[in-house]
Amino acid sequence: MANGDALIQHLLRRAGFGASPDELAAYSTLSYQDAVDRLLDYTAIIDTVDSKIGQPGYIGTTSRGAFSPNTVIDDARQRWLFRMIHSERPLQEKMTLFWHNYFATGYSKIAGKVTAPHATRLMAAKPSEDPAGQRGQIEMFRDMALGSLRDLLLAVAQDPAMLIWLDGDTNTKAKPQENFGRELMELFSRGVGYYTESDVYAAARVFTGWNLKIDGSLSSASPTFSFVYNANQHETSAKTFSFPIYPDGSTTIPARAASAGMQDGLDLITALASHPETARRVATKLYGYFVSETIPPDPAFINQLASIYLQNGTAIKPVVQAIFLSPQFQDPAVSYTRYSWPVEFVVRAIKETGWQGFTTGAVLGPLVTMGQHLYDPPDVAGWDLGRAWFSSGSMLARMNFAAVLASNQKFNLARAATVARSTPRDVLEFLLSRLSVDVGPAVYSDLLGYAAAGLTWTGSDAQLQIKAPGLAHLIVGSADYQVI
Amino acid sequence: MSITRRAFIKNGVTAFTVGVTAPAFLSDLARSQAASSSRNLVVLDLSGGNDGLSLLVPYTDAFYYSRRPTLAIPAGLVLQVGTDVSGKALGLHPRLTGLRDIFNQGRLALIQRVGYENSSRSHFSGTDIWEAANPSNPQGSGWVGRYLATLPAPLDPLIAWNTTGETPLAFQASSVPVASIPSLSSYAFSSPNSGAEAARERAAAASIASHVPIDRPQVAFVGTTVQGALATLDRVASVATYKPSLAYPNNGFGQALQAVAGALAQGVGTKVFWVQTGGFDTHASQDTTGDNGAYVRLMATLNDGLTAFYNDLRNLGLLNDTLLLSFSEFGRRINENGSRGTDHGAASVMIAMGGAVRGGLYGTAPSLAPDPQNPTLENSGNDVHYETDFRTVYARVIDNWLGGDSVAVLGGNFRKSGIEFV
Repeated sequence: MANGDALIQHLLRRAGFGASPDELAAYSTLSYQDAVDRLLDYTAIIDTVDSKIGQPGYIGTTSRGAFSPNTVIDDARQRWLFRMIHSERPLQEKMTLFWHNYFATGYSKIAGKVTAPHATRLMAAKPSEDPAGQRGQIEMFRDMALGSLRDLLLAVAQDPAMLIWLDGDTNTKAKPQENFGRELMELFSRGVGYYTESDVYAAARVFTGWNLKIDGSLSSASPTFSFVYNANQHETSAKTFSFPIYPDGSTTIPARAASAGMQDGLDLITALASHPETARRVATKLYGYFVSETIPPDPAFINQLASIYLQNGTAIKPVVQAIFLSPQFQDPAVSYTRYSWPVEFVVRAIKETGWQGFTTGAVLGPLVTMGQHLYDPPDVAGWDLGRAWFSSGSMLARMNFAAVLASNQKFNLARAATVARSTPRDVLEFLLSRLSVDVGPAVYSDLLGYAAAGLTWTGSDAQLQIKAPGLAHLIVGSADYQVI
Repeated sequence: MSITRRAFIKNGVTAFTVGVTAPAFLSDLARSQAASSSRNLVVLDLSGGNDGLSLLVPYTDAFYYSRRPTLAIPAGLVLQVGTDVSGKALGLHPRLTGLRDIFNQGRLALIQRVGYENSSRSHFSGTDIWEAANPSNPQGSGWVGRYLATLPAPLDPLIAWNTTGETPLAFQASSVPVASIPSLSSYAFSSPNSGAEAARERAAAASIASHVPIDRPQVAFVGTTVQGALATLDRVASVATYKPSLAYPNNGFGQALQAVAGALAQGVGTKVFWVQTGGFDTHASQDTTGDNGAYVRLMATLNDGLTAFYNDLRNLGLLNDTLLLSFSEFGRRINENGSRGTDHGAASVMIAMGGAVRGGLYGTAPSLAPDPQNPTLENSGNDVHYETDFRTVYARVIDNWLGGDSVAVLGGNFRKSGIEFV
C-alpha cells in the first residue's frame, strides 16, 4: 500500500469511522489536503443519510412496530449507528459522538422524569419530524458539531435534557442547586483543580431561575419542553469567583435586578469559554480523541491549538483543522495506537466487512456488553476511555461481535473472496486488504496456519464459506484490530 | 496436555503464553494460591455518594430533623441498633431489616464518619481517591491491586473478579490480572463455524493473543486481555451452572452477588471480588420513606441483595471465609436542598459484613448542630467531618483479614485502634 493511501486511511479512521471499500476508493483519488477539506467542509455535502434508512443497499434496522427514532430510544440508537455507517459527513458524526461524551447526558434519568417517549424526544428528536418541533440534544450537537464552544455551553445550559439531567429544573433562589454549576466548571470548561468549592456555590446562584418549562401534559403526544428564565426564582446578589469574569479582570458578577438576572449566566459562560484553562483542556481532549491518548501532548502543540481556539472566538473547526494538518497527526508512529471506542469498533467492522443482510439492531446488545450504551453514558464525566474499554468481559464481547458479523456475512465474504480462491494465502491477503489492520509476522503466520488447517485446499465455494468468515472473525476479534 | 509457561513483564503488562486448554495448569496455580488462605474479600461500591445520615440515622439529634424538614426519617420508623461509644442512639434505615438481623447476629459492622482531609466533592476525583487510597495522587494503581501484587507471581488470571464491565482502579496494579465478568452467560467464545472448525478458531485466537509485541504497547495490552479472557472461560462457565440455595433479587446487584457466591461455591480460586450498585447521587426527590421513594429503593436493593448473599454463604458454610466491605465516594450535605435532595458532602458510613466480622457500631456519630466551630462538621457546619481515615479501615482489612502488610500497600502507617471490626 502506498504511503498516501495509508495516510488517507488513518485520516478516515480518526476523523470518521473507517471506510467501506467504495469510500476508500473515492477518497484515494484526493490529495491529503483535499480529503481533509472534504471532511471538514461537510456542510457542502447535502445531508441525505436519514432518507436511506430502509432502502436497499444499506444496513437494515430492527424495531418493534414502525421504526420510530424520535420516540423509541433503541430506534434512535439505530439511527445514529446507521448515520455513522453510511453518512457522507463522517466528521459530523464523529464530533457529535465527541460532544455526547463531553456533555455526557443519560437518557435513563430523563425517562424516569418525563417518560420514555418524551425522553427520547429530548435526546434524539429531529425537529423537522417532531410534532412540536422539539430538537433532541444529539441533534443539537450535530447542528453545532464544529461550532464555538461558547455557543455550545450556552445551548447546553438551556437544553431541556441537560436541565433535567443536572437538576437545573429545580434551581431556585431559596435553594440553589449545585449540580450543573459544578459540572460546568469541572467537566465542561476549566477542569478539576481550576475552581474552588465557593465557585461552585456562586455558580449555583448564577443559574438560579434557569429552569424548564413544560407546555402540555406528559400523557399527550407532544408537550413542548423549553428553557425558561424565571426571574422570580433568581438570586440577585453579587457573585464572586476565584477567576476573572470580565475582560478587566473583575471576578465579581454584580448584583442585578431579577428581570436582568439572566445576564449572570451569560457572563459566566462567556468567561468560562474564553479562559486559557478551558482552551487548553478542550485542546487536550481533541488531541486525545484524534491524535493519541498515550503519547502525552507536547505542551507547545496544546498551546498552539489553544491559541487557535481563543483567536477564533472559541470555534472548534479551526482547532480540528489544525490537528489534521499537523505533523503530530500525520506521524506514522501514531497510526494504529488509539484504543477504539466500542461504537468505533463496531461501525468500522461493519463498514469493512459488509452489511448486506445485517441490521443495526444486532449491534445494540453487544455494544452494552462492550461498555458503550449510546445515549446512556455511565455518568456526567462520560465513558472512561483508553485502556478502560478493555476488560476480559468487554473484549470477549468484541470477539463475539466479530463472530456474529462474520457469520452473518459468510456468503457475502465468500463470494467476494472468489477472486482470491487459488490459495489460502490469497484469501488471507484479500481479507487483510479489506480489513484495516497492521499485523506483524507472527500473527500473519497464525492466520495463514488457520486458513490452511483441517482441509486440502481446493478453493471451492464451500471452503471459502468456512475460511473467509473464520478469518474475518479472527482478524476483527484480534488485539491488532482494536486500535485505530 | 503440554503447556508452555513463559511469564514476563513488559511495559507494565504481564504476558503468558499458554496452551489452548490452559485450565489444568491454571487451576493448579489457583489452588496453590488459594491454599495459603481461603479468605476472600468482596468490595462493594455504592456509587454516586451515599447519604450516610439516611442509612444510619441519628434519630435523637434535633438538628437532624430541623435541617432536613422533608427528608428526615421519623424516630419511630428507624431500626434501632443501640448507641455508639459516645452514647448517641442510632437506627438503620427502615428498609434495612435484613441487615438489622445480621447486625443483631453480630456479623455487621457500621463504621461512622469515614473520610479524609479536604474531602473531594467531585464524583470522579472522589472515587479515584477511595480506589487509589491516595488523596494527593489518585491514579495509576489501586489499593486492592497493590495488595495482590505482593502475592507470589504469576497470579492466576481469575485471582480478581470484577462483576462490572470496566476494571475498577481499586483492582489495578502492574502485573495484576483482573477478569471482568459483567454477565456469566455472555462470557464465552463464539464462532461463525462449528465443531472442529470452531475449535481451530479458538486455538488460532489463543495463539494470536500469545504474541505480545513489545514495541506496540496498546496491542500488547489488548492481547493480554484476550489471554486472560481465554484462560478463564472454562472456569467461569462452571460458575454459570451454580444453583444458589435461595433466590437472589432479579436485578444487576443481586445477580452480581449470586455470581460471587457461585465462584466461591465452585472454588475457582478468586481472592477478591468487585460489585457495585449505583444511583446514590440523590440531588433531587431523594424521598427516604415513601413506598416507592428513591432512597427507599436504593436501600431495598442493598438490603435484599446483601441479605440473600449472607444467607446463601451461610448455607454453603462459606461465611467465615468472606468479608464484604462497602464504600462510597463521599457522603452528602446535611441540609436538604430545594429539590428535596442533598448535594455532595464529605464523610460517610462504611459497612463490613461477614462471618468473622465483630459486629457493632464503630466511631462516633456527628453532632449536627450548625455551628461553624462544631468539630464533627466541616465546611461551615454544612458537611460531616471525618473521624476515621478511610485508609485506616483498609489497613485493618489488609493486615487482619488478607494477611498483607498495609504499610507497604498504602504507602504509610494508617493503623489505629478503635476500629477492630475484623
